[in-house]
Amino acid sequence: MIGIEHYLTVAAIMFVTGIFGIFLNRKNVIIILMSIELMLLAVNINLVAFSAHLGDLVGQVFTLFVLTVAAAEAAIGLAILVCFFRNRGTIAVEDINVMRG
Amino acid sequence: MISHDLSVVAPEVALAVYAMAALMWGVFTKPGEADRTIVYVTAGVLAVVGLWIAAGEAGTRFAFHGSFVDDGFSRFAKVLILFGAAATLAMAESYLSKTGLLKFEFPVLITLASVGMMTMVSANDLIVLYMGLELTSLSSYVVAAFRRDSARATEAGLKYFMLGALASGLLLYGASLTYGFTGTTLFEGIASVVDQPEPISLGLLFGLVFLVAGIAFKVSAVPFHMWTPDVYEGSPTPVTAFFSTAPKVAAAAMLARLLLDAFAGAVADWQQILAFLSVASMFLGAVAAIGQRNIKRLMAYSSITHMGFVLMGLAAGTEAGATALLIYLTIYVVMNVGVFAFILNMEKDGKPVTDIAALGLYSRREPGRAAALAVLMFSLAGVPPLVGFFGKFYVLVAAVDAGLVWLAVAGVIAAVIAAFYYLRIVYLMYFAEPTEALDGRMPALHGAFLAGSALLMIFGIVNLFGIDGAAATAAAALVR
Repeated sequence: MIGIEHYLTVAAIMFVTGIFGIFLNRKNVIIILMSIELMLLAVNINLVAFSAHLGDLVGQVFTLFVLTVAAAEAAIGLAILVCFFRNRGTIAVEDINVMRG
Repeated sequence: MISHDLSVVAPEVALAVYAMAALMWGVFTKPGEADRTIVYVTAGVLAVVGLWIAAGEAGTRFAFHGSFVDDGFSRFAKVLILFGAAATLAMAESYLSKTGLLKFEFPVLITLASVGMMTMVSANDLIVLYMGLELTSLSSYVVAAFRRDSARATEAGLKYFMLGALASGLLLYGASLTYGFTGTTLFEGIASVVDQPEPISLGLLFGLVFLVAGIAFKVSAVPFHMWTPDVYEGSPTPVTAFFSTAPKVAAAAMLARLLLDAFAGAVADWQQILAFLSVASMFLGAVAAIGQRNIKRLMAYSSITHMGFVLMGLAAGTEAGATALLIYLTIYVVMNVGVFAFILNMEKDGKPVTDIAALGLYSRREPGRAAALAVLMFSLAGVPPLVGFFGKFYVLVAAVDAGLVWLAVAGVIAAVIAAFYYLRIVYLMYFAEPTEALDGRMPALHGAFLAGSALLMIFGIVNLFGIDGAAATAAAALVR
């Protein structure tokens, strides 16, 4: 029997994978965008699992909001990335270094 | 029922409708024709909505089944946000014109960010909180990269976006756990679970920590501050001025409502987290700013230090602490508007200058401006008897009264360290070797903001213009 804890475990693994994807990746900014999506989808699994477990619809409503915002966020991220590429001619993470810090 | 809901959110709806109208206005006139007018009209609209909220009736009203609240606390924060946004927007026009960045999208994005911030401070539900936060963040990412032909500005936008999205992810994960372990996203419902005598469950504790971490990023508290110096340095200066005022108020007020309303029953659990964030921000901001030569980076570390003090008021977890938080934020916004009115006019041969060494013996050339900036620097450092001192004083008293004596002592030490780099600017202006002259001519509006801000810092010592009374009323509406 698959219970709530299994869903939460999967979501937690996905979430941590997303965080590591952001910090360990040295190659490409697109991978960071994918990692961010992975984190948000992990949250969605969490919300839907809780929603089903509690028998309460609010979690699923929240999921729809998260999906919508994630789409807008990806659009803006890609737009900024295109501007960055035009200026620098690269999207490698290690080249985001004009300013210190 | 819906008409009551709409009357509660009327200011937000009015601003959102105005943003769309301004967009149409910009699109349906000749390119470049209406840009300047839209900037000033938008600043006026923001200020008028601020006055409308300030003059509104007292009391607490809920909308949309309790997910949106309009109370004294949210009104205080909204007035501050709107005036801060209006002042920074009105100052932006001359700089944007000079650098060829004057586009009508800029005021529209600032308006949408303001709507988001108003939603944040009124949020009484995790979904509303998230939507407000994202509306603010998405608008901010775009304005950070507004100079899109500059490698620095786009890099600032990209860094802000990546770390901002990470923070939203953390916040959402916290929200999902909080929802799962309390069964509701309404702050009222969360509070009723947290208030029970037994300690809160481990899952809910994790949710609380993730929520605080996500919001700590938005207030740029250490260790979630990494984006601040780069974004402040890389963004166009008017955008930096905006980032250092209104969004800080919104994020701090939102954190205050989340902790003092929804998680009020778990003070012992979050007090340590907040105290750690506070002490780390104060010290890192103070120490790291010492080596900075770029005035925008310096103001970034300065804002990290100031946010440390704001969080100290919150860490107290009392009504006095919430009052101190609001007073501190008000004073901080007024000081920053004045300082950025000065920074916006640091230029030589029409090019912006950000190196503080350019201020050498500035007092000889522009005694008035130098004196005003000196007053603001003393006030930022918290030197008595200027108003900046009273902001720190209220926060420290609140911390001591809540039994956090060590935190207050740490705050005083950090303030002394931070005074070093504020006073160095005063030193450069009055005693250093003269350098290449800054030759920027200051528009009358900037002069008014700079002089007004400095005069408020001096004459406010009489009675703080009644801000403390208004803040106390606002805090009383929040703390149960």
